[in-house]
Amino acid sequence: MELINKQEVSKKLSGRLLLNKVLKYIFLLFTLVGLVVLATLLIDTVLDGWRYLTPDFFTSYSSSRPESAGIYGALIGTLWLMAVTAPIAIILSVGTALYLEEYAPKNRLVNFIKVNISNLAGVPSVVFGLLGLTLFVRLMELDSSVLAAALTMSLMILPVIVVASQESIRSVPSTIREASIGMGATKWQTITRVILPAAVPGIITGIILALSRAIGETAPLIIIGIPTILLFTPTGVLDTFSALPMQIYSWVKLPNPEFQSVTAAGIIVLLFILFLMNSVAIYIRNKYSKRF
Amino acid sequence: MSEYNIQKMISEKKGRRSSAFIEKMVPIILLLITLVSVLTTIGILVTLLSETIVFFTRVSPIEFLTSTEWSAFSSDPQWGIFALIMGTLKITVIAVIFAVPVGLGAAIYLSEYASDRVRRIIKPILEILAGIPTVVYGFFALTFVTPLLRGIWSEVNLFNALSPGLVVGVMIIPMIASLSEDAMSAVPNTMREGALGLGSTRLEMVFKVILPAAISGILSSIVLAVSRAIGETMIVSIAAGSTPNASINILESLQTMTGFIVQVASGDATYGTDTYFSLYAVGMTLFVFTLIMNVVAQWLSRKFREEY
Repeated sequence: MELINKQEVSKKLSGRLLLNKVLKYIFLLFTLVGLVVLATLLIDTVLDGWRYLTPDFFTSYSSSRPESAGIYGALIGTLWLMAVTAPIAIILSVGTALYLEEYAPKNRLVNFIKVNISNLAGVPSVVFGLLGLTLFVRLMELDSSVLAAALTMSLMILPVIVVASQESIRSVPSTIREASIGMGATKWQTITRVILPAAVPGIITGIILALSRAIGETAPLIIIGIPTILLFTPTGVLDTFSALPMQIYSWVKLPNPEFQSVTAAGIIVLLFILFLMNSVAIYIRNKYSKRF
Repeated sequence: MSEYNIQKMISEKKGRRSSAFIEKMVPIILLLITLVSVLTTIGILVTLLSETIVFFTRVSPIEFLTSTEWSAFSSDPQWGIFALIMGTLKITVIAVIFAVPVGLGAAIYLSEYASDRVRRIIKPILEILAGIPTVVYGFFALTFVTPLLRGIWSEVNLFNALSPGLVVGVMIIPMIASLSEDAMSAVPNTMREGALGLGSTRLEMVFKVILPAAISGILSSIVLAVSRAIGETMIVSIAAGSTPNASINILESLQTMTGFIVQVASGDATYGTDTYFSLYAVGMTLFVFTLIMNVVAQWLSRKFREEY
């Protein structure tokens, strides 16, 4: 008795192999969609905006005339925002990650906190904007200040840094932890002198990636009322400010076609900053990540 | 040798109360910090709920849920959230139709066909794509994709659903691709070898073995991407227009829930007006939608997880 009908199999085989080959190239094509879009976006933007990338563009404030519009105010504002957001976000998220990984008992509350953090990661940024508007701008009367925006941004990027830090702390092998305890170190000494130094590259990478998300985030800033046109730079955390994505957004909406090029120039600057931050993150990840 | 008496040193150090105090305080301080994330959630819920309730004392919830017209800025305002939901839905459906096949195809290629070298080149590019600010995508949709579509198809309006929908799709492709790829890579090689050994082609192996085995991760990546598309703000506020309507025409101007929130917050409403409070009612609706999606995604990845 013949179990396999060889004729039948070989009749279908060429079709099956052809389909396999065709779909392989379709999958490849789909993979390249992202690449093509990215290239188009970059080329289109650079071709459009490079003419406006003059030294004046970096040293002048925004203007109603495209030829004299610049991003000085927005650039300084973004630097302020990042300088205030970073420490708040770092303290909150690394503290949370340390507690969850090193101290937290296994109980319902801790479980709830973990689920809650992963849910927070999925909350749209506009909703964080509404929280910031009600809590920081109105209730705490911070107005549309650097501090109000920084607090909103910190809460928004918190889940990202917490998850990155948790992974990094978890990857520190328990052997070196036990060695430290065995040598007589206390738990806090073990954390500050053994675990954190080993986990810090991963944590920093997470922080930089989270901040690079915050730097391009526009919606929460619009909602807490950051002005689009501002002809001064902040001198303290309670001053109002402008930011790069806000500036880009306000230029996008202008009907004058020349402003399209100004917008593109602003985008080039924003993307360049993001590119720098990501390069630093990748460099740190590759250079300092230790394998135990 | 008395200066190296370790026993004495230890007992001296033990006596120092500051270190014992630190050991006791640190967990408490860290717990307080951890609770900030819980307070954030409570803050979001309380904020949205309390202002939404104020809104519903002024506008009937029945009108909010059943009317199909939304005109917050007219002299006779209409508050039918359906018009905004329809806008969000149109964008999301276009984005998903575009992104799911492309994202999954990319995931299959990267996980099952690509060599290690190709994977190492493509994956960072997808990461870059995921990191581009949405305001930049919005500019791209308005100044590149829309004119392109209008060149092909003259009925497309300057503001439409198609162009921002496609660009939102591009935005969520990396998410679907990388999460699905993770799910497929987690399928053990023994199953691949089993399928190939039985004489299936690579394609048959993908569809009959790998995809069913990785289905929980794939579905949850899609649901998460849908949630991202629903909450996406800048692309739609720049390229989709600001005319809420409940039609299914994807070539004309529309407004999404997020687009409305941005329009109001950009300065069209003053504190205390109906329009101001409608901000929170819309925000609440948006929050509920995305929350459901996130819970479904978590449930999916738990429910259908196959352990090998």
